[in-house]
Amino acid sequence: MVLNEQDYQLIAEIQGGLPLTSHPYAAIGERIGLDEQAVIDRIDTMLTSGVIKRLGIVVRHRELGYTANAMVVWDVPDERLDELGERLGALECITLCYQRPRRLPDWPYNLFCMIHGQERSKVLAYIDRLVESQGLSDIPHKVLFSGRRFKQRGARYQ
Amino acid sequence: MTPALDDIDRAILNRYQGGFPICERPYQAAAEQLGITEQELIQRLERMLAQKQLSRFGPMYHAERLGGGLSLCAMRIPEDRYEQVTEQVNSFPEVAHNYARDHAFNMWFVLATETPERIDAVLKEIEQRTGFRVYNMPKLQEFFIGLKFEV
Repeated sequence: MVLNEQDYQLIAEIQGGLPLTSHPYAAIGERIGLDEQAVIDRIDTMLTSGVIKRLGIVVRHRELGYTANAMVVWDVPDERLDELGERLGALECITLCYQRPRRLPDWPYNLFCMIHGQERSKVLAYIDRLVESQGLSDIPHKVLFSGRRFKQRGARYQ
Repeated sequence: MTPALDDIDRAILNRYQGGFPICERPYQAAAEQLGITEQELIQRLERMLAQKQLSRFGPMYHAERLGGGLSLCAMRIPEDRYEQVTEQVNSFPEVAHNYARDHAFNMWFVLATETPERIDAVLKEIEQRTGFRVYNMPKLQEFFIGLKFEV
């Protein structure tokens, strides 16, 4: 979809969150000179076209007890990447699964999965079972747990 | 530890991470599905925001479709320089979040820029300011996106 100036205004207006009032879309519209129905229609269109991936609650997972946050990186032979990416991405406990570039010689890993758990030992045990059940013992991998978080916010758009 | 959630809080979180009604009175529509009043839903959301269990209640944008740039970047920082470099990196408004990880590549952050071209420019600025290499690891292919936390 092609975004116009008013769309960008709308995008900027709601990025910090919807107003917590009975008619949130009307409140947003008042600020940018659109009526309630027009705001609803534009947001709907942006959702359908994928400009907005989803609208809803964005949680702070650490505060909800998900403190064991593992990035599992794999050095997958190029010819097996699609097959493995799709297989791992479909698993219940894997929350994100991306192909990213290797940065040789320092960084050989090209498939990145996120697993969010409540305890490190359980996440590690899960990864061991995953390697076993999916037959991945010949694919080198590393588990990078997150430590301190220094900044968490969504991307900002003007 | 943050204050405990009750069953209704959990129902709200589990149900509305994936989407939210888009109609004139969305909180009322959602509240009806949950069997509570609109006012109670709003109060619970306000409380969970204040307790920082929610980061926000709104949209997650697709950066590239907005015309922006997005990338995951990593750096290898000696422990005795870590605090200082963290401050330098986080001072860039384009750095959306930044995590320490237990690996030689110990600093991982997301860059979000207004245009794709800005990614490289910001990376170079970060390298100049910190004196350390930034490894740019943009997404090449996405196999799954369904980031959702059951509580």
